[in-house]
Amino acid sequence: MKHLLSAKDLTREDAIRILDTAAQMAATQEREIRKLPTLRGKTVVNLFFEDSTRTRISFEAAAKRLSADVINFSAKGSSVSKGESLKDTALTLQAMGADAVVVRHWASGAAERLAASGWMHGSVLNAGDGTHQHPTQALLDAYTMRRHLSPEPQGAGLDGLRVAIVGDILHSRVAGSNGYLLPTLGAEVTLVAPPTLLPVGIAARPELEVFYTLDDALDAHDFDAIMMLRVQRERMTGGGAAFFPSPEEYTRLYGLDAARMARLPQHAIIMHPGPMNRGLEISAEAADSPRSVIVEQVANGVAVRMAALYLLLAGEEASA
Amino acid sequence: MTGTILGAPDISRAITRIAHEIVERNDGAANVILLGIPTRGLPLAHRLATALAGIEPAFDPTSRTGALDITMYRDDLHTQPTRTIGTTTLPEHGIDDSVIVLVDDVFHTGRTIRAALDAISDLGRPAAVQLAVLVDRGHRELPIRADYVGKNIPTSRSERVDVHLTEVDGDDAVILRRGEDA
Repeated sequence: MKHLLSAKDLTREDAIRILDTAAQMAATQEREIRKLPTLRGKTVVNLFFEDSTRTRISFEAAAKRLSADVINFSAKGSSVSKGESLKDTALTLQAMGADAVVVRHWASGAAERLAASGWMHGSVLNAGDGTHQHPTQALLDAYTMRRHLSPEPQGAGLDGLRVAIVGDILHSRVAGSNGYLLPTLGAEVTLVAPPTLLPVGIAARPELEVFYTLDDALDAHDFDAIMMLRVQRERMTGGGAAFFPSPEEYTRLYGLDAARMARLPQHAIIMHPGPMNRGLEISAEAADSPRSVIVEQVANGVAVRMAALYLLLAGEEASA
Repeated sequence: MTGTILGAPDISRAITRIAHEIVERNDGAANVILLGIPTRGLPLAHRLATALAGIEPAFDPTSRTGALDITMYRDDLHTQPTRTIGTTTLPEHGIDDSVIVLVDDVFHTGRTIRAALDAISDLGRPAAVQLAVLVDRGHRELPIRADYVGKNIPTSRSERVDVHLTEVDGDDAVILRRGEDA
């Protein structure tokens, strides 16, 4: 593996290897000394063209725990705001000797462009591109599900688990990545969203089942995990009203509240990639319940990103 | 001289002797923790623990044995294909102030042990670290020596020493093979 661009590229073996490695990384994070010398001398650049707190901090923590040097580059206040192109930014990073670039960009396909361009030699990790993919988020979601729901996590997939992904599927790169990764790992995925917030062509994906209200989905299945997505108002150009009539109606039809939570099986876990809109897609009772693993997802994110950095950077360089 | 150097009875005798040496050197085994380096150091550590329990009945072989994966401390990561990371398990009470006996199958360049020493220093501060190996084949590249050796086998650099253990390979044997470029 040279780059991590899309969950679609991952085979079941690749994905399980990343999850197993993440489990070993997580074990090292319970020690008193959490720093490992593994990536000493490597340079990881966090290249963020879009605001992000948790993903950038998570990648930064992961790289630092493995002793890599981290350079943070955010578009705000950089030469990008003066009009520099992605290409010139990449050439600059190449000149600085970046071994890996973690890229977050508002344009779908930016990470692929960077990886395929030949502008730089390092590995590219997609940390979210537009409304397209966010593979490390899907991997940490899968890791969290496997840890809670699989009796023998090591080496296992997510076979037989049923997962609901609820909300703004259209704008969600988290759903974009989970829509490939979870079926690859053997889980059955149910999407729940208003028709306006589903991407065109979703019917052509037989592995993904679709419901138009959360109540219908809860009637139809006993879910092992339910993933609530953030309503991405900033991507809803033309005003939120263009996609659904009102926030109140959205909450009524798609929000996870205490009553809907009670209809989930006892073992089911509640997930959210964050940041949450409390009171819109998820109520405080659900977000703060003991079944919520939302905070643990953040901790697992560091382990999964350590695994991804290790697998991309530790081996010999010739394996392009 | 190639072929099978040690058979199952030889390996068993070597482990029994090393167990006695560990007890003698440390005035008993009360403070001893055995850490096996995967893959084949681990079953060897378990066998040594069983042998120690035979000598010192107070020694609990399961709670005093662990595994130490050194993959993330290797100095050759960037010259090899990516390695899978193994599991590290330590005794419940940690390793501080105990005597650690590292257990590995073949002692060669010393780089594995160098990595293991780094790994140990990240895990705690033992009173002492000792090294037990089944086979010492020479060709050290670092100033490290073993405290307990099952068998010294003079080799040339191109030769290969294969250790087979029942737990991993289905049989017990130490085999010396001619290298491909010899």
